[in-house]
Amino acid sequence: MANFSTNEFKPGLKVMLDSEPCSILENEFVKPGKGQAFNRVKLRNLKSGRVWERTFKSGDTLEGADVMDIDLEYSYTDGEFWYFMDPSSYEQYGADRDAVGESEKWLKEQERYEITLYNGSPLAVTPPNFIELEITETDPGLKGDTAQGGSKPATLATGAVVRVPLFITEGEVIRIDTRTGEYVSRASKS
Amino acid sequence: MSDWRPSASQERLAARAALTQQIRHFFHTRDVMEVETPLLCQGTVPDPGIEIFSVPMQDADSPDRYLQTSPEFAMKRLLASGSGDIFQIAKAFRQEEQGRHHNPEFTLLEWYRLGWDHVALMSEVASLVGDALGCDGWQIWPYRALFIEILGVDPFAEEVDAIFLLGVAQAKLGSVPDGLDRDALLDMLMSHCIEPAIRDWGIVFVTDFPLSQAALARTIEVANTAVAARFECYVAGRELANGYWEQSDPVALATQLDAENGRRRQRGLPERPVDERLLAAQRQGLPDCAGVALGIDRLLAMQVSADALTEVISFDWTRA
Repeated sequence: MANFSTNEFKPGLKVMLDSEPCSILENEFVKPGKGQAFNRVKLRNLKSGRVWERTFKSGDTLEGADVMDIDLEYSYTDGEFWYFMDPSSYEQYGADRDAVGESEKWLKEQERYEITLYNGSPLAVTPPNFIELEITETDPGLKGDTAQGGSKPATLATGAVVRVPLFITEGEVIRIDTRTGEYVSRASKS
Repeated sequence: MSDWRPSASQERLAARAALTQQIRHFFHTRDVMEVETPLLCQGTVPDPGIEIFSVPMQDADSPDRYLQTSPEFAMKRLLASGSGDIFQIAKAFRQEEQGRHHNPEFTLLEWYRLGWDHVALMSEVASLVGDALGCDGWQIWPYRALFIEILGVDPFAEEVDAIFLLGVAQAKLGSVPDGLDRDALLDMLMSHCIEPAIRDWGIVFVTDFPLSQAALARTIEVANTAVAARFECYVAGRELANGYWEQSDPVALATQLDAENGRRRQRGLPERPVDERLLAAQRQGLPDCAGVALGIDRLLAMQVSADALTEVISFDWTRA
């Protein structure tokens, strides 16, 4: 991979730092009066999701990381790997537990996910911002009980538990914001 | 293509015009003459911290010219020729300096006061900045006292060497880039620890710098320690101006310029030819004076509470 100098560190650039693939979030040029110039850089470690803050001497370089994002359809899991397919080439990619992480509870067959590939294998799985899922289990609406602020827990087909309004019943399909895990609305009938 | 439009709003362009007018009025009432000096010159600065733009000439035998990193050398030649007090609002160019508070092409206000020292000049800088920003009150902090106050480290102590400073920087900041010499480590502590710490202190003048950071300031004795008669003006933790009680001794000046080239060699950078016309002017005699350069774009950004210089420059670097 090519090397990138501090003045090429733009948000979204993927680089290797301490042998880990990272994505640049911010790059601030700092230079006191007559002295040494620095770049204060915020990077997200694409493996751990942690944000690192590092200072570089201006002009220092980092090696580019072989990282790319592609859209794939979720197929199935064998318990060890979660398989995603490229709908045009039918090529399959197996993502391990580390790559799937928190996204596991939003995995629905035939839904499209953004897969981050590092050296050709999945590093991270990002669900769409909104997803529609069926409720498999929830209490019947509790009439007149407002003590819970008008919501109750509901278990979804993927196993995720979200809070829904009291009027929602089992078997209904609802729309969830995967970034916050919050109920948005009843799914539009299609 | 939408970036034909300016990066600054109409209001900010109007604020720039008003600030420029205010500055001209400030100096007019104080009998300081406005001057203009060349931008494409045959000499430049040896400062290892400044990257220059070289411009090749069509005639292959003529050496490259340099876009000025500040009008300092030309203005000193005017002073040596008897100009008296002078000021200039000039474009300056520094390659590689681009960010929220940097644009490679920027506007400097530079002025010189005959018979003044750096302390008198700080007071004038404070009036100009105070007028522009609508604040009064300012404080002076010697470099040494500021480091002791914020970091508990005496940058003039003998035992405080590069290894010691590396330890301080690592303790405060975690990771530190490789290959920083003692002054670069001091610069890192200044920009990463001290600047944020003085954000709420209003107008702050840092003065009495270590001799290794004297640039073109003269040396004076303060409390039995030799220091550089140089100051930096900070507002909201951001550097706004750099001033000197100017080095008028031509031999000392030549030594200082050589020392800067020495630092370039140490850092593996090519040396830059010394500006012989400046040295000749200094041999003729630079009058006793103090001078300062102030970033107009930064002053304006602070005045209108802009987050980045692009918002106060008609066409920033990416649109120029």
